[in-house]
Amino acid sequence: MIPLQPPRRLIDVQIDGEDVRVPEGSTILDACHAAGKDIPTLCYGDTLTPKNACRVCVVEVEGARTLAPACSRKAEAGMKVGTDTERARQSRKVVLELLGSSVDLSTTPRAAEWTEEYGADPARFGDDAATVEQPAKVDNDLYVRDYSKCILCYKCVDACGDQWQNTFAIAVAGRGFDATISTEFEAPLTDSACVYCGNCVEVCPTGALSFKTEFDMRAEGTWDESRQSETTTVCSYCGVGCNLTLHVQDNKIVKVSSPHDNPVTKGNLCVKGRFGYGYV
Amino acid sequence: MDLRFRGAEPSEEERAAVDALLGPPASAWDGGGRSEADLRVAVRAESQRDMLLPALHAVNDRVGWISEGALDYICRRLTVPPAEAYGVATFYSLFSMEPRPKRVLHVCTDLACQAKGGEDVRRQVEERLGPPGTSWHESPCLGLCERAPAALALEAGTPPKAQVYAPANASLTLGSPTPNGTTPSLDVAGDAPVAAAVPQAGQDGLTLLRRVGTTDPASLDDYRAAGGYTALRRAFELGPAGVIREVLESGLVGRGGAAFPTGRKWDATARQPDHPHYLVCNADESEPGTFKDRVIMEGDPYALVEAMTIAAYATGCAKGYLYIRGEYPRATARLQHAIATARARGLLGDDILGKGLSFDIELRRGAGAYICGEETAIFNSIEGQRGEPRSKPPFPVEKGLFGKPTVVNNVETLVNVLPILERGARAYAAAEPKLFCVSGAVERPGVYELTFGATLRELLDLTGTTGTTRAVLLGGAAGAFVTDLDIPLTFEGTRNAGATLGSGVVLVIDDTVDMKRLLLRIAEFFRDESCGQCVPCRVGTVRQEEALHRLSRRVSDDDLVLLREVGQTMRDASICGLGQTAWNAVESAIDRLGVFR
Ligand SMILES: Cc1cc2nc3c(=O)[nH]c(=O)nc-3n(C[C@H](O)[C@H](O)[C@H](O)COP(=O)(O)O)c2cc1C
Ligand code: SF4
Ligand code: SF4
Ligand code: SF4
Ligand code: FES
Repeated sequence: MIPLQPPRRLIDVQIDGEDVRVPEGSTILDACHAAGKDIPTLCYGDTLTPKNACRVCVVEVEGARTLAPACSRKAEAGMKVGTDTERARQSRKVVLELLGSSVDLSTTPRAAEWTEEYGADPARFGDDAATVEQPAKVDNDLYVRDYSKCILCYKCVDACGDQWQNTFAIAVAGRGFDATISTEFEAPLTDSACVYCGNCVEVCPTGALSFKTEFDMRAEGTWDESRQSETTTVCSYCGVGCNLTLHVQDNKIVKVSSPHDNPVTKGNLCVKGRFGYGYV
Repeated sequence: MDLRFRGAEPSEEERAAVDALLGPPASAWDGGGRSEADLRVAVRAESQRDMLLPALHAVNDRVGWISEGALDYICRRLTVPPAEAYGVATFYSLFSMEPRPKRVLHVCTDLACQAKGGEDVRRQVEERLGPPGTSWHESPCLGLCERAPAALALEAGTPPKAQVYAPANASLTLGSPTPNGTTPSLDVAGDAPVAAAVPQAGQDGLTLLRRVGTTDPASLDDYRAAGGYTALRRAFELGPAGVIREVLESGLVGRGGAAFPTGRKWDATARQPDHPHYLVCNADESEPGTFKDRVIMEGDPYALVEAMTIAAYATGCAKGYLYIRGEYPRATARLQHAIATARARGLLGDDILGKGLSFDIELRRGAGAYICGEETAIFNSIEGQRGEPRSKPPFPVEKGLFGKPTVVNNVETLVNVLPILERGARAYAAAEPKLFCVSGAVERPGVYELTFGATLRELLDLTGTTGTTRAVLLGGAAGAFVTDLDIPLTFEGTRNAGATLGSGVVLVIDDTVDMKRLLLRIAEFFRDESCGQCVPCRVGTVRQEEALHRLSRRVSDDDLVLLREVGQTMRDASICGLGQTAWNAVESAIDRLGVFR
C-alpha cells in the first residue's frame, strides 16, 4: 500500500521566460524538465541526494551573485531562471574543458555530445596539463575501479555509505586535485569492508566503476552496446523479489543492472542479484 | 553499519594516547579486553564521530604520525568506518599517515615570508635537511607575518612541544628539541612576547587592543581589574533581546571576510524554534597575511571567552565551539588556560555569575586546512567529517553544526561586542575600531587598530614603509592588489576601489619583490588548499597555476585568456568562497600592475 502524500502546493517559476508550475520543494532541475529543457548533469543521481560537485548543470538565477546548481537548488516562487544564458553556457563550457582535460571521459555517456554542443576544447590546456591518470585497479573478479575515469562525483561513496548500502567501504581520501576514492589505507577491495553489492557500479556516471566482464571486453574490443539487449526480470535468489535487468550480448549476460524506478530497491541489489548470474 | 577491520593493532603508545582522550575502553567491542559481559551486551551503536579529529590529534601529537593500527583503534572506540576515518585523516596536512620523525619543522613559504626573504630560509633548511617531505615541510602562512620569515617546529611527545622561529634565520637550531622542561602549557619556546606584535601596545585610546601587552593574559584577576566582565554584567541587565538590539544598532558587521551584519545573524538564530542552538567561534585564521585573531587570543584570551558567553546568552546557545587552527600552539594554550580558569570561577558552566545562564566552551584544534575557516566546512570538521564546505542554502542560522541553528563568528567580530555593551551602541558606532594586519615592506609590522574612515596612507604613515612601495595586497590571498593609497579603509571604500577589507590584511610590496613569484605562490596556495569537492576549483586552481608557470617564462595572450575564462568560471560556479575568490588577487595584479605586460 502506498500512503497518500499530503497535497503539495504549486509554485510558479520562470524558466527562460516561460512560466512553469512545479510542486513546492522541487529543484530547478525538476522545473527545467517540466519546461522541457535538457540540462547537462554528471554528478546528479536520480536515486541519491545531489552533491552538486560537478557544476555542469549551473543556471543563472536572476539577482544571484553566482550561478546556481540546477540539480540541487530548490525552486522558489517567482524565481527567474536562465538555463541558456551566455554566462551559464560559458561556465559549462569551461567546466567540461576542465573535466575533459583531467579525466578520461571516453566512457561517459553524452560527454562527447556536450563537449561539442558547448564548443569545449579540453586540449587548450596543453599536453602538460595534469591529469588523474593511473592504472586501473583490478583486484577482484567482479568489478574494476578505473580511477583515470573518475570525476569525483561522490555517488559511489554515497551509495556505499549512508544513502543505501551502509557498508562504508569507500570514501574520498586526500584533498584538492589529489583527492581520490579510496578504501582505508588504499587496501585492495578484497581486504576491505566491500560486500560486492555493486551498487557503486550502478550509480557511477563515467564507467570508472565497471563490471569485470565489461572492462575485459572493452580491452579486447568486443564490447558493443548496439548488439546488446536488456531484459528485466525478477531475481530468483530470495523472497524480496528485486528487479534485475540483464544486459545480454551474443547470448551471454555481460552485466546486470537494476531499474531505478523500482519503488523498493531503487536500483540497488546485493552481491547475488548483481553478480551471481553464472547459473542462468 | 557493519564495521570491518583489517586486523592492524595499535602500539601501546598509540592505545595510551587514545585512551588518555576517551578513557579506557568499556568492552572488547571497542578494543578492550574480553570479559564475560561482552558476550551478553551488544556493541554500542551510536557513533562518537565528532571526537574523530581530537582522537587523530591525540595520536599524531604523541607519536608523530598515525598508523593503521592506531586508526583502527580510534574507529573501534568511536564506531566510525575505517575508510571514512582514513578519508578524514588524509584531508589534513598536519597529520601523517606514514612514519616520520617526532620533530617536524614547518617553514613558511607564503606571501609575507616570501616578501621578506623566506626563500633563503627555505633553501638553507633544504641544504641541511634534504628535500621537504618528512622532517620538514613547506608550510602555508603560519600567521607570524609580522616577524617574517617564520618557521614552526612541532614535536610529538607527552606533552607535545612547539618552537617558534620568527624571524627565522641562521640561528634556526634545526633538529634540536625544545629546551627541557618547557611545555607549551603557557609559553611556546622561542616566541616573543605578544606585545611585540602590537606596535601601538599601551597607547591611549585603543579599544580592541587595550589589554594586549598591558594585562597578564594568564590572570583572570588582572582581566577583571582591567574592566573584564563588565560587558557580561551589562548583558544580563539588557536581557538577550536587549543585547541583540544593541548589536544591531551598533551596525557591527563580521570581520571574518564576508562582512555580514552580526546583529542580523544573531537575531535570526535566536528566533529559530529548533533547539539546541550552537555557537562557533571561527579562530581558524589561515588567510595568508592574517594574524590579528592570534594576537587577541594570545594577548587577551579572557576577552574572547567573555564575548562568546555574551553571544551565547543573546542567541540561546548552551554550547560553544572555539575552532582554532592547529598551527597556533601559544594561542591554544592560553585559551585552554583561560577557559579552565573561567570555568573554575563560575564564569563558564552552569549558572554563570548566579544568573541561571548555562554555557560552556569546547576548544577544537584544526589540523592544517585553510578551507576549514569557511563557515560550513568548520561544521564538518567539528563533526568529524572531511572539512568540505556544504552548499548553501540552508544557511547556518537555520541548519548549521549537527544540523541545528548555529551562529558562526570571527574572533575579532566577537570581541567587538564588549565595547558595544560597555559604551552603548551609539558611542561605539561613533568610533568603530578595526584591526589591520600589516606586514611586508614596512618599518613596524604588526596588528594596528584604527577607527573606520582612516585611509591606507594614514595607516602606512603609522607603520612606516621601507623601500619604494609598489602595491599593497589588501584582504590577503583572496583580496586584491591596490596602488591608490588614498583608499578609505572601510567596507564601502574598499569595495568602490574594486578591493575588499577581507580579513584586514595589508601586505606592502616594494619594488624588490618578484611579482611573478608572488602570484605563483598565490596560485599554489589555492591549489593546495582547495578541498577538491567541486570541479571549477579542484581543476581550475591547477590549470591557473600551470598557466602562471608558463606566463612567468613567456607572456602569451592565450594563457591570459585562459586564466580569465577559468577564473570567471571559478567565480561563477564554485561551491564556496575559496574557489570564488581564488582568482581575485592574480586578476588585480594583471589588470592594475600590468605584471604580464
Ligand atoms: C576559504 C574561506 C576561509 C575562511 N577563513 C576564515 C577564517 O579563518 N576565519 C574567519 O573568521 N572567517 C573565515 N572565513 C569566513 C567565514 O566563512 C565566515 O564568513 C565568518 O567566519 C563569519 O564570521 P563573521 O560574521 O564574524 O565575519 C573564511 C571563508 C572562506 C570562504
Ligand atoms: S560494491 Fe557495494 S559494498 Fe562494495 S564498494 Fe561498492 S557499494 Fe560499497
Ligand atoms: S568512481 Fe564513479 S561514482 Fe565514484 S566518484 Fe568516481 S565517477 Fe563518481
Ligand atoms: S570552491 Fe574549492 S574549496 Fe570550495 S567547495 Fe569547491 S573545491 Fe572545495
Ligand atoms: S549535476 Fe548538478 S552539479 Fe553536478
